[in-house]
Amino acid sequence: MIDPLAHLPVLLVVVPLLAAVFAGFLRNGTVAFALSLIVNWALPAMAIVLLAQVLSTGPVSYHIGGWEPPWGIEYRVDALNGFVLVLVSVVGALIMPFAWRSVRRELEPDRHAWFYCMYLLCLTGLLGMVVTGDAFNAFVFMEISSLSTYVLIALGRDRRALLAAFQYLIMGTIGATFYVIGIGLLYLATGTLNMMDLAGRLGDAAAVQPRTVVTGLAFLVVGISLKLALFPLSAWLPAAYAFAPSVVTIFLAATATKVAIYLLIRLLFSIVGPSVGFAVSPVAEMIIGLSLIAIYVASLIAVFRLDLKRMLAYSSLAQIGYITMGIGIANQAALTGGIVHLVNHAITKAGLFMAVGCIVCRTGTASLTELAGIGRRMPLTMAAFTIAGLGLIGAPGTVGFISKWYLVIGALKDGAPWLAFVIASSSLLTMAYIGHVLEVAWFRPTALALAGVNDPPLSMLLPLLALAGATIWFGLDTSWTAGIASRIADGLVGGAAP
Amino acid sequence: MTATELLTTALVLPFAGAGVIAVLARFPNPRETATLLTASLLCLAVLCLADPVLAGARPALRLAQVAPGLAVAFALEPLGLLFALVASVLWLVTSVYSIGYMRANREPRQGGYAVFFALAIGSTIGAAFAANLFTLFLFYELLTVVTYPLVTHKRDAAALRGGRVYLLMLLGSSLVLFLPAIIGIWVLAGTLDFTPGGILAGKASPAMLSLLVLMILFGVGKAALMPLHFWLPAAMVAPTPVSALLHAVAVVKTGVFCLVKIAVMIFGIETLAAAGQSGWMTWVAGGTVIVASLVALRQDNLKRMLAYSTVSQLAYIVLGVAILAPISLVGAAVHIAGHAVSKITLFFAAGSIYTAHHLTEISELNGIGRRMPWTMGAFAIGALGMIGLPPTAGFLGKWFILSGAMQTANWLAVGVIVVSTMLNAGYFLPILYRAFFLPDADGAGHGAVRGHGGEAPWPIVLSLVVTASVTLGLFFVPGLPLALAKLMVGGS
Repeated sequence: MIDPLAHLPVLLVVVPLLAAVFAGFLRNGTVAFALSLIVNWALPAMAIVLLAQVLSTGPVSYHIGGWEPPWGIEYRVDALNGFVLVLVSVVGALIMPFAWRSVRRELEPDRHAWFYCMYLLCLTGLLGMVVTGDAFNAFVFMEISSLSTYVLIALGRDRRALLAAFQYLIMGTIGATFYVIGIGLLYLATGTLNMMDLAGRLGDAAAVQPRTVVTGLAFLVVGISLKLALFPLSAWLPAAYAFAPSVVTIFLAATATKVAIYLLIRLLFSIVGPSVGFAVSPVAEMIIGLSLIAIYVASLIAVFRLDLKRMLAYSSLAQIGYITMGIGIANQAALTGGIVHLVNHAITKAGLFMAVGCIVCRTGTASLTELAGIGRRMPLTMAAFTIAGLGLIGAPGTVGFISKWYLVIGALKDGAPWLAFVIASSSLLTMAYIGHVLEVAWFRPTALALAGVNDPPLSMLLPLLALAGATIWFGLDTSWTAGIASRIADGLVGGAAP
Repeated sequence: MTATELLTTALVLPFAGAGVIAVLARFPNPRETATLLTASLLCLAVLCLADPVLAGARPALRLAQVAPGLAVAFALEPLGLLFALVASVLWLVTSVYSIGYMRANREPRQGGYAVFFALAIGSTIGAAFAANLFTLFLFYELLTVVTYPLVTHKRDAAALRGGRVYLLMLLGSSLVLFLPAIIGIWVLAGTLDFTPGGILAGKASPAMLSLLVLMILFGVGKAALMPLHFWLPAAMVAPTPVSALLHAVAVVKTGVFCLVKIAVMIFGIETLAAAGQSGWMTWVAGGTVIVASLVALRQDNLKRMLAYSTVSQLAYIVLGVAILAPISLVGAAVHIAGHAVSKITLFFAAGSIYTAHHLTEISELNGIGRRMPWTMGAFAIGALGMIGLPPTAGFLGKWFILSGAMQTANWLAVGVIVVSTMLNAGYFLPILYRAFFLPDADGAGHGAVRGHGGEAPWPIVLSLVVTASVTLGLFFVPGLPLALAKLMVGGS
């Protein structure tokens, strides 16, 4: 008798993979949607059961094909990646009902089945990157998710989507190449690809071949930074987010960069931290510096963007800066802030992009100049946008405040009050661009072209309102978000192997 | 009902009321009834809390634990109750007034206006009852956000410009200074709970204390200390009832309430006095008192003049804190109530003049006192309150602040009070002279056209007469506010 619970780690990858293959054979978009919906609603249940198991009994190790690690591929789930698995799968589940109408509105009918095929493949890749305990296997999944992402972006209606996808293809390939070169160098020095094993052997290897190890780590950090869009390796992101179909933008903004950030945390805190320590390179200082630049420069650019999708894309770059800031400061409080901001930013940014998706669906435009008074035409949509926007600013009582609270405390405990001050003040820029949208939407006279526009149907509205509700809920009750993040940070900063 | 149930009721009522008003937004009469009913019930609930609090009860309510040491919680103490009393009583009066004003001036969007008004009062009550600095900050920010639609009620370019200044200055100062100060206090003390005597005794160096006090003084932008006062005149683009309640009572008083409460229950008066913080705080507050009065002298627009007078009077309350003597803090707390009733009377009068005669400039007010005797009579009482002459509530606050300054031999503060009293007289008395003793510019003028003997509609006149009487009444029967203020500093 096979116990399905014992196979949860691999099921999280195999189920969407098989569904993607099956959807690839379908020609009927509706059937493909139904398949995708079932899979996407099953995955969070599996991920949550797995996380609960990990939190109560400790890390779960799954050996593919029964081969013992480090020879075989190991799937290893601890609190950190269990948490990210739940995040990715829940976002997927929330997006699905929204996708139904949005895809029909924005894509040609003969491409619907393809869309769901590529979407499931992308999800497979992301979940695989998170669940695997093997550095090379993570590369394979990274390629699966990247290749399908290029297709998804290129599905955008605007012809510029093709250029955006091509740009991302070039940059993404460079990132993946850097990653694989880094893995190769580490393999050369240690003779292993298993992450746990790497962590154990890297210390000795660094004593023998310090240059190989440092070079390998440098390649890895740069490769992953390209994927997670750390400034200035982020030039691909705004165009990709702006021209991809709305569903794809929501999905990528909430999950793809987060998974890459997970890999960075894993690399720095589970592999490098306990074996050779941060001292081998000034990586922490560099990350803090680049994050600061990202927060201020990207926010400033967002202030001057009038296309909502582009504005939010630049805002994503800034918000990623907050997360990497927590990674760079690297004490318990700051890391808690960074990890909890993974979730908090996913909630708020998915909500904002979803609201924009609703607006695009109803009006056909995301340009702020044509949306004066949209709040009176689509009150529920813009109410959700307002709440999610407050969350992005970090207003108290919303999720954004929690992230910043932990980050600022982390900066203070690190003995850097100026940093705490700079983090707190950066909210002003967020306020400037979100405030601009709110003023146009609620306080300008309604544009004539918007007559007859109203709130979208429930299938789009409910996921949006759920995200807005989560913005408030997890701003007040943080036992599931900051509570778990704090436990994860304890484990990571303690230097204990996961 | 028990005290805790009353506390919960008072917190929930305005928000529930806002929901009901939103549902009834399109039906003027039921909507107005809902507003008045909510306001009366709230008033009643807060009044019922007075007895238990005077008897020593301190009801508390815990809502959510956001992070370790960070909770959304409420607890009632005398100062909070005093502030809630002022806000809820004046909301009731203002509701009557604004119904008259909004209908007479045929303002658009009255439904949304009533909803945001209720939300603003709910935020004020939340701030008054906050049990820790985090909860206070939460409602402080909420108040800024829900008052923005009220400030920009006219929705024209000038209103949006004023609203932008309002939002940027208030949210900006609180995010850049107030919030970091709160986090700094948390790191130093390990708690944010309001505790009699403060939580920072022996935990911060004098230099650290100075820095934190500085960040709080200017971070609480609603207290409008110069140079962070620009939002207050900018917010005068709002309809007059909004200026009256929000910019004479709820918003600015939330600011000075925060300062008094933080000084007493976070820093601790003894801690601050021992660290020698009084001197420079007196300079900051005194400077604003004098400069704002000088600016007010030069204004011709009545509402702008009142706005600068508010800036100056708020600094009085901060001065009461800066003196760091228990008796001057009693003065500060009493002046929160005293200034509120006097200033709302003045704004009501300004709105009454605008409604009946569409006059906004002081130079146009020749002889208006003979056409609007009730309005200008109330205005005179409010003006006496501003100057601080007996028999008005304004006298009490000044008296206690002055006694504190004498006790601690803070001659700078004494000088500021004396000079500013003369300046206040300098910009209020000429208006009274103009209104009652100068001849009309254009004979019978607009007044006769509207009937009512030149007065505004009755709800407006009724409300300003009520607030003017309270201004006088508080001088003769200061019992409740004074008792609460004395309880705050630990007296009997």
